[in-house]
Amino acid sequence: MNKTVIKALIPLLLFLTLVYLLYQGLGKDTRLLPSALINKPAPEFALPSLMNGKIIDNNALKGKMYLLNVWASWCPNCRVEHPMVTEFARQNIIPVYGLNYKDENATAKAWLNQFGNPYTDILVDDKGLVGIDFGVYGAPETFLVDGNGIIRHKIVGELNPQNIQNELLPLIEKYKNTVKN
Amino acid sequence: MLAEIGQFTLAFGMMLALLLAALPLYGYFTKNDNLMHTARPLAYLQFIFLLVSFLILVTLFITQDFSVAYVWRNSNLALPLRYRISATWGAHEGSMLLWLMIQTVWTAAVAFYSKSLSRSQVARVLAILGIISLGFTAFVFFTSNPFLRSIPAPFDGNDLNPLLQDVGLIIHPPILYMGYVGMSVPFAISIAALLGGKIDETWIRWSRPWTNAAWGFLTFGIVLGSWWAYYELGWGGWWFWDPVENASFLPWLAGTALIHVQAVSEKRNAFRGWTVLLAILGFSLSVLGTFLVRSGVLTSVHAFASDPKRGVFVLTLLAIYAGGALFLYALRANKLKSQGGFQLSSRETLLLANSIIFSVACFMVLLGTLFPLIFEAFGKKISVGPPYFGSMFFMMMMPMAVLLPLGMYYRWQKDDIKRVMKQLMPSLIIALALSLIVWFMFKPLNIKATMGVFGASWVFITALFYFKEYKGKLTRAVWGMQIAHIGVAIYIFGVSMTEHTDFEIDSLMQPGEVKIVQGYEIEFKGVEQKQIENYQASQGHFVVRKDGQLIAEMNPQKRFYPRRGNPMTEAAIDPGFSRDLYISLGEQINDKGGWAVRIYIKPFIRWMWGGGILMMLGGFWAATDRRYFRHAKQMKQKNIDKYLEA
Repeated sequence: MNKTVIKALIPLLLFLTLVYLLYQGLGKDTRLLPSALINKPAPEFALPSLMNGKIIDNNALKGKMYLLNVWASWCPNCRVEHPMVTEFARQNIIPVYGLNYKDENATAKAWLNQFGNPYTDILVDDKGLVGIDFGVYGAPETFLVDGNGIIRHKIVGELNPQNIQNELLPLIEKYKNTVKN
Repeated sequence: MLAEIGQFTLAFGMMLALLLAALPLYGYFTKNDNLMHTARPLAYLQFIFLLVSFLILVTLFITQDFSVAYVWRNSNLALPLRYRISATWGAHEGSMLLWLMIQTVWTAAVAFYSKSLSRSQVARVLAILGIISLGFTAFVFFTSNPFLRSIPAPFDGNDLNPLLQDVGLIIHPPILYMGYVGMSVPFAISIAALLGGKIDETWIRWSRPWTNAAWGFLTFGIVLGSWWAYYELGWGGWWFWDPVENASFLPWLAGTALIHVQAVSEKRNAFRGWTVLLAILGFSLSVLGTFLVRSGVLTSVHAFASDPKRGVFVLTLLAIYAGGALFLYALRANKLKSQGGFQLSSRETLLLANSIIFSVACFMVLLGTLFPLIFEAFGKKISVGPPYFGSMFFMMMMPMAVLLPLGMYYRWQKDDIKRVMKQLMPSLIIALALSLIVWFMFKPLNIKATMGVFGASWVFITALFYFKEYKGKLTRAVWGMQIAHIGVAIYIFGVSMTEHTDFEIDSLMQPGEVKIVQGYEIEFKGVEQKQIENYQASQGHFVVRKDGQLIAEMNPQKRFYPRRGNPMTEAAIDPGFSRDLYISLGEQINDKGGWAVRIYIKPFIRWMWGGGILMMLGGFWAATDRRYFRHAKQMKQKNIDKYLEA
């Protein structure tokens, strides 16, 4: 084999690597991928509220079971999901907090004006650092955190009637004794 | 019964694809003329069968045959006729059938317009296209069959996704697929040439109009998609760097690089290997795009139902096609050595730079799209948003705009930079003056917008002056090139102005209230409830005046489609030469008729799509250049002579 042929093999090798990666990605369905953080304490955070800039941290939410919904105005799927989040929040089962992920405050507010704001409060994670701690893969994602601050579930992708009914509600029922008033 | 016939014609189409893939190639390797002759008739037959199959699916939608599961899922009794037709390609199965049908259209077109090629060349090209059809027909038939029944038939169907109930979505997919699938033609031509072990300028010349045509369709398809996103998503944006959008953009970038490098490779006998590689890349990215969209490895707005089985299937096809092609490329690498020498200061270098810029941009977009996936494989998680793509793309496209005119003015083989600069000096001065005027008209412009405006003026002026400076005959190829380059200029101008000088305001408006936005008096008359076709709408009424003159009456809607139960925002747009007014309704805020209202002013946004349309026209116009046909005639004569001699 001469040099030209060896050089000409490079594209093939790159391509095979890519196929391998894609195949790996197929094996794990991203929507079902369990987070490494499940049944572990939620990462520590202290972020300003989108509404009034006040800092919200883990302690402020202690004793509460809540949903943390990761969204951004640049994320088209969040728009698709939004009516479901709104409906869930309206039922007042547990509070829904938003994590505004890698977004700009002005556009985020405009987005909420347009589509409505179902959130109890919204944490601003403009650099995406807390998102990294939580292992956020992309928006939207939703975490269920119980009264002891333990992450009990993670949904990658949109909330829908099925995953609320079959995944979230049973877990909320199971861990409701962790809620302290 | 009809559905069974559709299924049968699809199966028969698959048999034909198998024959098309096998017979001519076998004939080629065994030097059997009769077998090679089967290529054309098989290509036509395959087209007819797939067309019938596709039309049957359309008919099933028109006649509302809910016993067919696919029809039932994507249509209902209340759906208007035009959307019942477009619902045919509104979801996975049907859109794959459309994909396939268009693949056979291209194959038949190649069979028809290949008179200038020798028998063995035609046999090879059509057989490669047959191999591609075979894989995708099997994909549709075994994993995504749209003709499956669900008995007993439900009384009424589900609904077509309301986002897709729109004129833009009637034409966007067919056009985009024309481009997507069209990339298979230059691919097949390259592979056929590699099989024969020889790539001469005849091959390259012959593949150029096909590349241009496919690229033109792809450009138009992307423009349509962007335009649709703009008015339908109610969000004022025109590009979201969504994985599926990227999937259509990747082959476009590779195709753009291919078109430019083909020019060198035809005329100068250089970069032959690179040309082949880009042709392989273009089609492989089309298949990769299909994989990304259909397998569910990435999530996106274009939420087609994802199924891992489909993913594995498409990935296998990708591995066979692209892997096989690259393997063949490596085997033949020795024969692809370039002969034509050139100096650093020459048009060859600049066109090489162009193809490198576009390939790198392509790689960066691919990387951004796959980043989450790559990190996933290492057990880490990361997400990539528009900020990455936006700044990366600006960095890539600025040098492109600066170098583009040089590429047009430089001579082949060897040129003197001083000569070129002298020739370009007047254009440079005019372009600077023009950008200055724009700057003062719209000041303050930020640095990115200023650079963009300068890039646009520079490309625009040099493209115009080219007609004056050009000494040769103004062929359609030259016209096409300049039309496309003027399109590039107009596009860059549109993007720079829209992205950096747009204006938006969100406010709560009470009926009768007037907002003054950049000189426009926008009066909110209120919202009324309407029942239209298959949805209910809260329709706002706005009257826009400027200096007392009526400019427009605008009616944005908030739609509710009862079958799927989700609300949709339908923006009202008053289009204009230098600006769009864009109003969308948010939520009702109070019971006195107050609504949250979003008003945008988007300067020069139409220019962006206008520029895209010019690029498309340029591509098509260049594809009809006489040279390609003159050559075709000569070759035809030669073939006839050869035949007579024999």
